[in-house]
Amino acid sequence: MNFDPRYSNRNFASVGTRPIRPDGVDKVTGRARYGADFNMAGQLVGRVLRSPHAHAKIRKIDTSKAEALAGVKAVITAADLPDLTDGDAAMYDILDNCMARTKALYDGHAVAAVAAIDAHTARQALKLIVVDYEVLPHVTDVDEAMQHHAPLINDTIFTEGLEEKPAKPSNVTKRSQFGHGDVHQGFGHADFIVERSFKTEQTHQGYIEPHACVANVSSDGTADLWVCTQGHFVYRQHCAQLLGMEASKLRVTSSEIGGGFGGKTHVWAEPVALALSRKAGRPVKLVMTRDEVFRASGPTSATSIDVKIGARKDGTITAAEATLRYTSGPYAGTWAEIGAMTAFACYRLDNVKTVGFEVLVNRPKTAAYRAPSAPMAAFAVESTVDELAKELGMDPVEFRIKNAAQEGTRSSYGPVYGPIGIGPTLEAVKNHAHMKAPLKANQGRGMACGFWFNFGGQTCTDLNIGMDGSVSLAVGTVDVGGSRASLSLVAAEELGIAYEQVKAIVADTSSLGYNDMTDGSRGTFSSSMATISAARNAIKILRERAAQMWDISVDDVAWEQGHAVAKGEKHGNLGKLSLKEIAAQSGKTGGPIAGHSELVADGAGVSFATHICDVEVDPETGSTRVIRYTVVQDAGKAVHPTYVEGQYQGGAAQGIGWALNEEYIYGKDGRLQNAGFLDYRIPVCSDLPMIDTQILEIPNPNHPYGVRGVGETSIVPPLAAIANAVSNAAGVRMTHIPMSPPRILAAIEAEREG
Amino acid sequence: MVEVTLWGALATTAGGNSKVEVEAKDIRELFRKLAEQYPGLEPWIDRGIAVAIDGTIYRDTWSKKLPPGAEIFLLPRLAGG
Repeated sequence: MNFDPRYSNRNFASVGTRPIRPDGVDKVTGRARYGADFNMAGQLVGRVLRSPHAHAKIRKIDTSKAEALAGVKAVITAADLPDLTDGDAAMYDILDNCMARTKALYDGHAVAAVAAIDAHTARQALKLIVVDYEVLPHVTDVDEAMQHHAPLINDTIFTEGLEEKPAKPSNVTKRSQFGHGDVHQGFGHADFIVERSFKTEQTHQGYIEPHACVANVSSDGTADLWVCTQGHFVYRQHCAQLLGMEASKLRVTSSEIGGGFGGKTHVWAEPVALALSRKAGRPVKLVMTRDEVFRASGPTSATSIDVKIGARKDGTITAAEATLRYTSGPYAGTWAEIGAMTAFACYRLDNVKTVGFEVLVNRPKTAAYRAPSAPMAAFAVESTVDELAKELGMDPVEFRIKNAAQEGTRSSYGPVYGPIGIGPTLEAVKNHAHMKAPLKANQGRGMACGFWFNFGGQTCTDLNIGMDGSVSLAVGTVDVGGSRASLSLVAAEELGIAYEQVKAIVADTSSLGYNDMTDGSRGTFSSSMATISAARNAIKILRERAAQMWDISVDDVAWEQGHAVAKGEKHGNLGKLSLKEIAAQSGKTGGPIAGHSELVADGAGVSFATHICDVEVDPETGSTRVIRYTVVQDAGKAVHPTYVEGQYQGGAAQGIGWALNEEYIYGKDGRLQNAGFLDYRIPVCSDLPMIDTQILEIPNPNHPYGVRGVGETSIVPPLAAIANAVSNAAGVRMTHIPMSPPRILAAIEAEREG
Repeated sequence: MVEVTLWGALATTAGGNSKVEVEAKDIRELFRKLAEQYPGLEPWIDRGIAVAIDGTIYRDTWSKKLPPGAEIFLLPRLAGG
């Protein structure tokens, strides 16, 4: 990579403005095409048969009656998706999750699928498939799954990360540990110690658009997949590997996306749709129902977390410790590890220790959800921090400011921080009018901090200049939050042209080099870096073409504000050449003008946020209402401030739902009881106040404009901020998320009864 | 020679050493030498390890130089949403 990503301070012409997004008109008029909006001639309807059992051995599957039904064109089971993963354990888990092989591991696990001429026939066919199950004992609770007597989900799992390999298998797949110093000694120096235990229930990302795709496998072995995804290149790699195809023969086109939040980073239905199409010889459309989305895709971990923090009378934290247990569904994961890394990342600590345990349960395979694992850890830590501030008699903001990490601090997960924004977000909160606003009866205020790493990754971008001077920008990161607008601004900034001259699209996998997914808050961070690089490469060519037109050396041509300028006294009488003028002559000066870039966008800057929340609690019913909410977050540089604010508000809104209402509820039979939006309650507009935002800009030294990722951090503080607010309003510490009315009422009554 | 700090779980596969010394000029050479010295680390490297150099996390830039005296931390390669 010849591109220099280092930050340099500059004045911006386009970046930082707020133009209308290019995909806006189509979205508000209904013309935008989402996953389920694509259709092909002769397509079949795909449907999936799912296990009704939380844990069961599959003795036999008889598909003969379904296959004999008129209108059924293909029936598949795991036998149609042979194991081609070549020892790759993570890919094998994905394969098994797409279609159960020997055991159904959760209620909703796919066991067979059909493709038929219409939905009615497909549903009838599912009813004709006979699965002979041997029902096994199950476990869905994180703490119960860790007990020695708990039903064993996978008897080949021996806990990793222990000093000695354990003698017996267990549901704990891994132990991880982070920290430095000596916590035992640190607690010895503390005047006050607070120790609390917390639980958070499993939630779903709750995207409005269900998973949907159309697969078309040709008899020559090539295939097309039209799909709603956060990463079509990754879907291509996974599907190709699982189906034994060459990646280049599978073209994947991403649709518009009605929300993903991490839940559309994994394949579920797509390999099944491709296998059905391959067997049927016709296109197959597979759209999950909402029930299937809840039962078989997505969810985050359920957790159980213990936190202990000690401080001296002057408010200096002397030691901090946490044990974090996270469910990962029935397959190994690294969710507790991430929680253990992020838990104390906001603080400057001499003695810190976190231990994470990854726990198997009979629930769907855990998927990433916006800063995965960090919100639960922040809830536990920030609640304890608030309790400790109370014990010390200190203002919670001042207590946090006193102990906040800063440049040069050794982070709780290891490395020393560069320039970071936790201190500035806390100072901004301290001085915010929200903190001084009066509260009424039964109202409480809470605040909390949050951290997320952010990351970059492989990125490829093409920038093509048309003969009329308009610019096409083809990117490979799916636009989940307005990145086509942001990236057009970046292209306009570099080229020195108007935003309206640039049209950005998300290219399919056959039109552009590989791109990692839009995850880890990397979309604008990574693709803006690649766009800057591509634009600078195009400018080199524009200068060469201008030099030809003038018949002078390219060394004498500079690029300034969208124009080639001849430098030096001998060229003084040459007028500027605009991009449009150079493009118009491109056919006679060497052909099309384009800039290409392929790079690894590493060095994403870590991100911090601090939130303030006011809630009102009804002590008679336990119901809550969020009456005011403020987000303060470091963006590095806000390329399109409106969409940065949108990310801040969206994260807060999802956090409010998670904190107050959302949870997976399992019956004793291990079946999910609330697989729909009526019983799994996400916040709607009338549940939310206007969420105020304040963007701070502490430049990331590893991006030319100082950009940091902004998409995920905003969901980290809400659970804790709201828990602190509810606890202050109700007069009792809330330790179990979600803080639904029954839980709040029970806590209030328990407090009254002493 | 650079000093490399391993996170807890990784240290258990490197004979319990949380700090190891390696003669390496860049991340690629670092991983190769680590795998030679501590074969137990190889599957972890295959699954993905991030390297923090003076606080900046690199996940994929294996050509990144390791400056003498730099603080080098190995970290799990993270998932994001």
